[in-house]
Amino acid sequence: MTNTTSVPELLSYTLNVNGRDHQVSDAELGENLLFVLRERLGLRGSKNACEQGECGSCSVLVDGRLECSCTMLAAAATGRQIVTVEGLTPSGDGLSEVQEAFVAEGAVQCGFCTPGLIVSVSDLLDRLPLATELEIREAISGNLCRCTGYGRIIAAVQAAQHARSAREALR
Amino acid sequence: MPVFVPASLEEAFAVLEGAPGAQLLAGGTDFMVEVNAGQRRPATVVALGAVPELKGWRLDGDEVVLGAGLTYTEMISPELAELVPGLAQAARTVGSPQIRNAGTLGGNIATASPAGDTLPMLMALGATMTLGRSDGGRRAVGLDELVVGPKRTTLQPGEVLLEVRVRAGAGRQEFLKVGTRNAMVIAVASAAVVVDFERRSVRVALGSVGPVVIRAEEVEREAAKLIDWDARRLVGPLEGSGDFGELVRTAARPIDDHRSTAAYRRHAAGVCVTRAFRRAFSSEESTAP
Ligand SMILES: Cc1cc2nc3c(=O)[nH]c(=O)nc-3n(C[C@H](O)[C@H](O)[C@H](O)COP(=O)(O)OP(=O)(O)OC[C@H]3O[C@@H](n4cnc5c(N)ncnc54)[C@H](O)[C@@H]3O)c2cc1C
Ligand code: FES
Ligand code: FES
Repeated sequence: MTNTTSVPELLSYTLNVNGRDHQVSDAELGENLLFVLRERLGLRGSKNACEQGECGSCSVLVDGRLECSCTMLAAAATGRQIVTVEGLTPSGDGLSEVQEAFVAEGAVQCGFCTPGLIVSVSDLLDRLPLATELEIREAISGNLCRCTGYGRIIAAVQAAQHARSAREALR
Repeated sequence: MPVFVPASLEEAFAVLEGAPGAQLLAGGTDFMVEVNAGQRRPATVVALGAVPELKGWRLDGDEVVLGAGLTYTEMISPELAELVPGLAQAARTVGSPQIRNAGTLGGNIATASPAGDTLPMLMALGATMTLGRSDGGRRAVGLDELVVGPKRTTLQPGEVLLEVRVRAGAGRQEFLKVGTRNAMVIAVASAAVVVDFERRSVRVALGSVGPVVIRAEEVEREAAKLIDWDARRLVGPLEGSGDFGELVRTAARPIDDHRSTAAYRRHAAGVCVTRAFRRAFSSEESTAP
């Protein structure tokens, strides 16, 4: 037994978020990516509802893969390309197709789950534009919503699919 | 700097040589849950996510070599699912898409949870794990030598799980898991069954009903008697409404906890094993060469 208290060594590192390098300074070792995004980089779109990987409200894309930012060690995410919900939102006042569909279909109530769902659904429609209802349900099975009962969310995903195919047909 | 992100296995071992007590990090889905809850305080971390030698899988003769960094999403990919279908079935039941993208085979094994979903299938497949040290030492072990208790392994400080070997296309493989919903659920009970028509052998392993995965050898012996190997079908009681319930209930060593009673776990394990056998034989005609 020793009584030595150890002061956590502070870390400085770079994270690439939404196409830009961000310097993180004087961070503690155990900080998860969600914490660093919100509290150090001011990107508050990703939400914290569990910090256990259970709810999906902190979903981000890392090198193109959908993951929970709360179960990633921020300091180990150097060198990866991170995309948050902010990065999926057009600059200015506009909304993305998926975001438009969520608003139009009433898939947003309290809105806490919405940013995570926008990231998951955008990822799904990029990989599987014609996803069936079963595929949609599996794709959002890691995003918990306590308000909507999911019916409106599935309707929104399908509306986004229609909007996309209509847009592509016009090209 | 207390977080290392080595770009090769050699670099990882170089770091571990100087800091054998460093904690290894893969997908973070077990590790970071503990850190976030204040149950784990890492001082030095070696993140393995950028080590190419641990990624993906390859064929080596009639064996499939699975990297410790193989993700669940990769286990479900059609190419690998064809070679190790039982592992793909187990992987599909894990967590959510987010967890399956991040979580790895090596992390599941090293965490050694009694409910780890790949473990029963690795046991039923007779998988071999290769562990490596920075001095170049390597050892190959079976699951029962590696996972020795709930969350207890024989991994030594500085030792890294490198790869897992299983036989390619080893017979019919079935994995079943019982929980309260389809996604995001820790197994209350699970079972893996491998019926190898070539070698005429049966292997059965149970998950979540003991401190470690239980190989149910008595069930294996009884089951082998109920198989007509030439006709590739079940005979005797299993043809009708018979089941392995009693044998499985005897093999299981479950506990009561917040997820389930021990009695229900025994019952559920029996149902899983019986159903796995029926599945293993049900579509046999369509898949037999
Ligand atoms: C929301 C949620 C749902 C989940 N659902 C399931 C489920 O349904 N079924 C299930 O089985 N699990 C589940 N898990 C647990 C977890 O996802 C798995 O155990 C996963 O495989 C862990 O892998 P990882 O790569 O994330 O490991 P990490 O968290 O990075 O590491 C876990 C442990 O393994 C060690 N380790 C990692 N790689 C190596 C290596 N190569 N050599 C030596 N040691 C190593 C680490 O040091 C650490 O102690 C869930 C977790 C969460 C958060
Ligand atoms: S906050 Fe990350 S999954 Fe809930
Ligand atoms: S809208 Fe409230 S949690 Fe989904």
